[in-house]
Amino acid sequence: MTQINVRVDGASYSDDVEPRTLLVHYLREQLGKVGTVVGCDTSNCGACTVHLDGESVKSCTVLAVQADGSEVTTIEGVADGATLHPVQKAFHEQHGLQCGYCTPGMIMASIDLLKNNPDPSEHEIREGIEGNLCRCTGYQNIVKAVQQAAGEMSSAGAHSVETTGAQA
Amino acid sequence: MIPASFAYARPTTVDEALQAIAAGGEDVKILAGGQSLIPVMRLRLAAPETVVDITRVTELRGVREDGDSLVIGAMTTHHDVITDPLIAQYGKLIAEATETVADPAVRHRGTFGGALVHADPAGDLPAVALALDAEFVIAGLGGARRTVPATEFFVDYLTTALADGELLVEVRVPKLGSDWGVRYEKFNRVAQAWSIVAVAAAVRREGSRITEARIGLTNMGSTPIRARAVEAALVGADVSLETVTAAAAQAAEGTEPSSDLNAQADYRQHLARVLTRRAVTAAAGL
Ligand SMILES: Cc1cc2nc3c(=O)[nH]c(=O)nc-3n(C[C@H](O)[C@H](O)[C@H](O)COP(=O)(O)OP(=O)(O)OC[C@H]3O[C@@H](n4cnc5c(N)ncnc54)[C@H](O)[C@@H]3O)c2cc1C
Ligand code: FES
Ligand code: FES
Repeated sequence: MTQINVRVDGASYSDDVEPRTLLVHYLREQLGKVGTVVGCDTSNCGACTVHLDGESVKSCTVLAVQADGSEVTTIEGVADGATLHPVQKAFHEQHGLQCGYCTPGMIMASIDLLKNNPDPSEHEIREGIEGNLCRCTGYQNIVKAVQQAAGEMSSAGAHSVETTGAQA
Repeated sequence: MIPASFAYARPTTVDEALQAIAAGGEDVKILAGGQSLIPVMRLRLAAPETVVDITRVTELRGVREDGDSLVIGAMTTHHDVITDPLIAQYGKLIAEATETVADPAVRHRGTFGGALVHADPAGDLPAVALALDAEFVIAGLGGARRTVPATEFFVDYLTTALADGELLVEVRVPKLGSDWGVRYEKFNRVAQAWSIVAVAAAVRREGSRITEARIGLTNMGSTPIRARAVEAALVGADVSLETVTAAAAQAAEGTEPSSDLNAQADYRQHLARVLTRRAVTAAAGL
């Protein structure tokens, strides 16, 4: 067993893990963060996507010991209390899901994409979520959801800049 | 599935890593980005006794200049490569190929060195390294360093010149300035898929004449291959669609690609010719 110290969704944890424990299993089984799911055995599906120190990773392809000293954000940590994250809200409003199994990973990948590229083209959105497979939707409404979120997040960003400007 | 149990070491320097590898027993695996090794361990195709995790060996990370060369640390992630300003200036062929590797999440973890040492014939970076005549700087027990040219580094399917206990430290490639045009042309069928065939091309022009050409082929054999006949046909030629098409027709010469579910060998040879024409056409600015 190896001791690790991690922050997950804003809370600190200190736990003993076996080195072979995958990050996704630590999150689900030791911390009960079952919002992050496992969809494959080959690192292809992206259902397990979380942010490790602010970057999207497939948590089935990272060892829990590798997260020692790091900050992890899962789908359970992106909402602001009862207020959904703009990407969560857009997936809901645009029907960007059917069974919902891919959704936690899709949302985490989309948030990462919009952080690096706040105004992506449709092509850039499809490339940005290339590592996430959806068996249900045909991706159309997922792309629409990311477009809606991009629009809302950039106008919210512009608004807060204006507000700061007005106050200064 | 979950990997079999292993002992875990997390060194922070190259020297510590070499010691941990030497002390790790019979079956030691170096863990870089883990994007090939962890899937293989999960499927229990590998069950090492010791895993030496080099993700915190910071001296292995980053890109620097050394005279006419770029020196890329083995642990530089694919994401770091794509966003590095020196790569953007002098290593566009590497950047283009790296952008086609996997997906953003895999590129956040997977490393330049790991992709080369893994030496998958369908991997995108080996053919680029070969086309650029990259030099591989390798450290062995006791810290001794040796340098291996790309022509000797890729030995066979998933096999390189690295011996047991050795660590890839960095890779040196020549800087390609603005007189070079480059293109990585990859053919695959679905998102985040490996290359069925791909072609890495770099072409230097003086006026209307091609003065140097470097062409590497991905997945046309058990190792990456240089398309020497194409290179010879291009050098000294005037840049035109006809000369490029005629040269590219020789792209499959001397190749022995495999047949699998994605493509038969003769189809791969056809792809090599078509993709070489496209890659050189783009690289030559036609
Ligand atoms: C879904 C998915 C899609 C992918 N698609 C592509 C693709 O389209 N094209 C492509 O090229 N690749 C693809 N890859 C592979 C990806 O590029 C990996 O990053 C790469 O093959 C391995 O790099 P790594 O850093 O993750 O190495 P690891 O998985 O950590 O290691 C791979 C091997 O190299 C050894 N090793 C690593 N670094 C060193 C070192 N410095 N010294 C000595 N030995 C070392 C390890 O011991 C291991 O045997 C894909 C991977 C996934 C999961
Ligand atoms: S569970 Fe499929 S990529 Fe992680
Ligand atoms: S909504 Fe069912 S897999 Fe995407």
